[in-house]
Amino acid sequence: MGQLFDFTEVIKNLDKIAISFWATIRLAALTAVLSMILGTVWASFRVSPTPVLRGVGTFVVNLLRNTPLTLLAAFCISALSDILKWHFSETPSVNGYWWAVSALSVYTSAFVAEALRSGINTVPLGQAEAARSIGLTFTQSLRMIILPQAVRSVIGPLGSVLIAMIKNTTVVAAVSYGVDAVSEMKQLFFDLGATLPMFIGFAIGYLVLTLPTGFFFGWLSKRMAVAR
Amino acid sequence: MSRDDATVLFDAPGPRARRRNNILTGVSVLVILGIIGYIIYALNDKGQFAKELWKPFTQWDVWRTYFIQGTINTLKAAAVGTVLALVFGALFGLARLSDHWWIRVPAGAVVEFFRAMPLLILIFLAFFVPATVSPIIADGPLGNFQRVMVENVFSIFGVTINNGTVTVPAFAAVVFGLTLYNGSVLAEIVRAGVQSIPRGQSEAAVALGMRKNAVMRLVLLPQAVTAMLPVIVSQIVVLLKDTSLGFIIGYEDLTSYGFKIEPANFHNLLQAAIVCAAIYITINLIVSRIAAVLEARVRRSKKSITTMSSTGVSVQAGAGMTASGADAAS
Repeated sequence: MGQLFDFTEVIKNLDKIAISFWATIRLAALTAVLSMILGTVWASFRVSPTPVLRGVGTFVVNLLRNTPLTLLAAFCISALSDILKWHFSETPSVNGYWWAVSALSVYTSAFVAEALRSGINTVPLGQAEAARSIGLTFTQSLRMIILPQAVRSVIGPLGSVLIAMIKNTTVVAAVSYGVDAVSEMKQLFFDLGATLPMFIGFAIGYLVLTLPTGFFFGWLSKRMAVAR
Repeated sequence: MSRDDATVLFDAPGPRARRRNNILTGVSVLVILGIIGYIIYALNDKGQFAKELWKPFTQWDVWRTYFIQGTINTLKAAAVGTVLALVFGALFGLARLSDHWWIRVPAGAVVEFFRAMPLLILIFLAFFVPATVSPIIADGPLGNFQRVMVENVFSIFGVTINNGTVTVPAFAAVVFGLTLYNGSVLAEIVRAGVQSIPRGQSEAAVALGMRKNAVMRLVLLPQAVTAMLPVIVSQIVVLLKDTSLGFIIGYEDLTSYGFKIEPANFHNLLQAAIVCAAIYITINLIVSRIAAVLEARVRRSKKSITTMSSTGVSVQAGAGMTASGADAAS
């Protein structure tokens, strides 16, 4: 029974585990930035005065939210990259990495957009009216008045989206290019046997990534809360 | 998109704004048409509109053997996962509300742990680990217990034991992951739902002389369940989407059929993927519609004092977009 909890293999492979988590962190960090940008675009589409853009925003967000990420990631790498030959790079691993980033960013952006839109709904009507009455245009009032308040009120939900995105890196990496913590875990499972300690090692790694992120966003959302 | 969002941000347009809007509409229409045009051009360029690539979807046999079979497998995993996750969620959600710390704290640790784990590594845990761990357990004092458990309980999900080695089929691994992950999220929803009931309710119940059990069963839960229903349904949408992770370990769900098995026979991967996505979206929209109807009913119902919104982001995100019940309730 003692060998069930024999951690020597985990300790021996700590460097590999650390490197694989570094790959996860890089993937997550880049995706966080891109999905925030793209999500803001969809959200501003959805509240824009142009019906066509509103329609596009709604369509895209609903399409993305209801498609499984596995399917989206597999579609990107197998259909868009392999069949349509849309390559980011000639090196397969680099190409896979960028398609993974794209798939995850596009997917996450839909949830970011939903978060922002619900935030925009919490901004009192008077704010927008006041912005208009001093002569700000739509873009100006959105950028200087509405969005800053909206973002502050949805930091908590945005944190949840971000944590989910960190967890979703496992899916895109497994589907498109296979360099991240979960792929490394699978590899070590094959090389050294699927042992409980190995799983625990990776589980702790994910806890270290997600729990502090959750605490940080909880703290931030309290700190930045708009006092009304 | 409702009108009220719009009115927050802009007035009824005057002549100049109307002209500007028209120009903007024109430009955006042009850009969108351009993008669509480019996609069509690119698809055509690679011969993706060839008749034989789309023809399989007009044949009933293809639908029956691949897509319907895949959908059934997906729905099967989702249904079993939903039921087990609801049981897990109710159990642990209520355990977290317990007055005894020795129930509350371990339940909280379990829930927080599984909420923080990526679903995929939970599925890998169930899929790969038992095969190596079970022979060791079989030799130990718990060997007999393991055999009895597998033969009598886990065999329902297709888990088999042979000479002490436990084999977990992909279906069981997917269900395991879905249950633990979504069950933990549901536990948070249950907890938040019960906590969202005003204190006066339980105080009044206690004043009437009810025991803890009766307060929960007769007063808090009936109200909490009405408030939680929409959120629970949105979590089921998440669970349904997450079944597609089975694709990675070879569970023959809709993604597998539509993305591996069908294209292997007809060489129309891109087309099959589009059909697949359409099926997923249709199923999810139906479930979401149910959630919306439920939510509207809950809002109307006089019974409920609180409502938990399912429209907020906190609840309906994908492969684990965390549904923090606390967010949902606040």
